[in-house]
Amino acid sequence: MTTSTEAPLDPSARPLRILIAKPGLDGHDRGAKIIARALRDAGMEVIYTGLRQTPEMIAEAALQEDVDAVGLSILSGAHKTLLPRVVEAMRERGLSDVPVFAGGIIPDEDIPDLKAAGIAGVFGPGAPIAEIIAFIRTHTPIRER
Amino acid sequence: MVADLMSDRRALARLITQIENGAPEARQLVTRLYRRGGRAHIVGVTGAPGCGKSTLVAALARQLRVHAPDAHVAIIAVDPSSAFSGGAILGDRLRMRSLAGDAGVFIRSMASRGALGGVAAATADVVEVLDAVGFGTIFIETVGAGQLEVDVARIAQTVVVVEAPGAGDEVQAIKAGILEIADVVVVNKADREGATQTVAALQSALDIGRPMPAAGLHAIDPSHHLQAPEQPGPSAEWRPPILKTVASHEEGIAAVIAALEEHRQHLQLSGAGARRRARAVEQDVRARLGDLLLRRALRAVPQTHYNALIAGVIERTLHPLEAAEQLFIASWGQ
Ligand code: B12
Ligand SMILES: Nc1nc2c(ncn2[C@@H]2O[C@H](COP(=O)(O)OP(=O)(O)O)[C@@H](O)[C@H]2O)c(=O)[nH]1
Ligand SMILES: [Mg+2]
Repeated sequence: MTTSTEAPLDPSARPLRILIAKPGLDGHDRGAKIIARALRDAGMEVIYTGLRQTPEMIAEAALQEDVDAVGLSILSGAHKTLLPRVVEAMRERGLSDVPVFAGGIIPDEDIPDLKAAGIAGVFGPGAPIAEIIAFIRTHTPIRER
Repeated sequence: MVADLMSDRRALARLITQIENGAPEARQLVTRLYRRGGRAHIVGVTGAPGCGKSTLVAALARQLRVHAPDAHVAIIAVDPSSAFSGGAILGDRLRMRSLAGDAGVFIRSMASRGALGGVAAATADVVEVLDAVGFGTIFIETVGAGQLEVDVARIAQTVVVVEAPGAGDEVQAIKAGILEIADVVVVNKADREGATQTVAALQSALDIGRPMPAAGLHAIDPSHHLQAPEQPGPSAEWRPPILKTVASHEEGIAAVIAALEEHRQHLQLSGAGARRRARAVEQDVRARLGDLLLRRALRAVPQTHYNALIAGVIERTLHPLEAAEQLFIASWGQ
């Protein structure tokens, strides 16, 4: 019913769907946009929800969009309270199996606590994009498709 | 089970992913659900990038939810896939914050995955599922790349074409193609200068560009084998209204909702809706048949023969039509 350039005949060509969101009130969105673009260029479908998302909004978007992973960008300093709340809101919706990772300005000493709270990985300034992509690929569970 | 999908949003979301990926597991459920559809009002929203489609859809959905809290609303927002990586940035949710927290609204972003008609190949099947599950209104926001985006007219019952002021007369002329599928025209960003001129330009474009009422689908596929064109007559006549909105401030939204409802009633009362659906169904079945035949043909032809023919076209020792004919004959023989 649609004209197509690529042959959509191979159903196993299944792009990963990743939500990139910014919890909290800070307006630093450069990093999130860079990551979104890099993941697109790596062949992923990136749902970008923009600034000032509450943990509930992020979890709800993750559910409706059926994403394979959620990436959070935070530079406000509120990561220790906000990131665990996103994990919790996702858990409440039965999304415990969807990995959550984060980036932005997050001091190294906070990382163990975040990991204990369910954040699977943290990527600060200068983290190589290739590393982030490899992380996503290894952490997204192989689903029924 | 259908009610389950309305309350189990994760199962619904997963089913949509399976449909998008052409997963064979989804097929049985999709075909079963199809039999229960046909109640939703399916509204396509198209127009150039940045004209305010996402903002408008959010405003429409929000006010629909206020006026009819029992009716659930679904939104499918399509954005383009990168031709290079196959990836995509799906950013329409960004403008739909006002819907957050409303459990009666389901928003799904969808990448076009190579389809050029403004929607994805899976959009129609996903719409059918949302319809069967019980959503009262389903909005489809198209990619917004230009005048070729007419596929949405085959899925939607009512097509809203959005335009922003300041585009100028010459642009309106180019847009005549997309105007042909318009059932409702919205001039958004009416807070900006030039909205009145844009309305006037669109009005004259509509007057010139509409030789026949509801000509949209004939223009897409004039095949003789399809249903005969509807007879122009007073009952079939629908003149697309042109409405001004400021979607970002939810101004003018009630008039758009009224026009959508009016158009829906017109489709029912005039019989135009049934004719439109008959055409769309026929096109859909044919497209799917074409797909099956293509797959079958490609399966039947030995890879070496296929490669040789393609190579022949590349070297210009064969015309593409000759290669296709030979493939056709080769596949038929098996
Ligand atoms: C540019 C900037 C701004 C710009 C933002 C423009 C914009 N639209 O983004 C402006 C001028 C608006 C601004 C304002 C403010 N800023 Co400022 N700003 C910066 C600055 C200098 C650079 C940030 C940046 O864009 N970096 C470039 C991007 C590409 O890097 P990045 O975001 O870190 O992203 C990389 C990684 O972190 C990672 N990443 C990021 N997100 C994600 C997500 C995922 C999923 C992954 C995997 C990886 C990842 O990958 C990216 C690429 O490597 C930083 C200082 C710094 N060195 O970081 C301060 C900084 C972030 N700002 C700060 C502050 C305090 C403010 C203000 C409150 C200042 C004020 N008092 O007014 C305001 C607040 C504005 C607001 N509304 O929130 C503080 C934050 C302090 C804290 N965290 O405790 C910082 C750290 C400066 C400082 N040292 O004090 N700021
Ligand atoms: N001035 C003005 N801006 C608007 C209006 N509606 C939307 N916008 C803005 O136009 C931009 C594009 O809107 P969006 O809904 O994303 O457009 P889309 O690309 O067609 O989906 C955003 O910055 C909106 O805030 C409006 O009525 N007036
Ligand atoms: Mg949009």
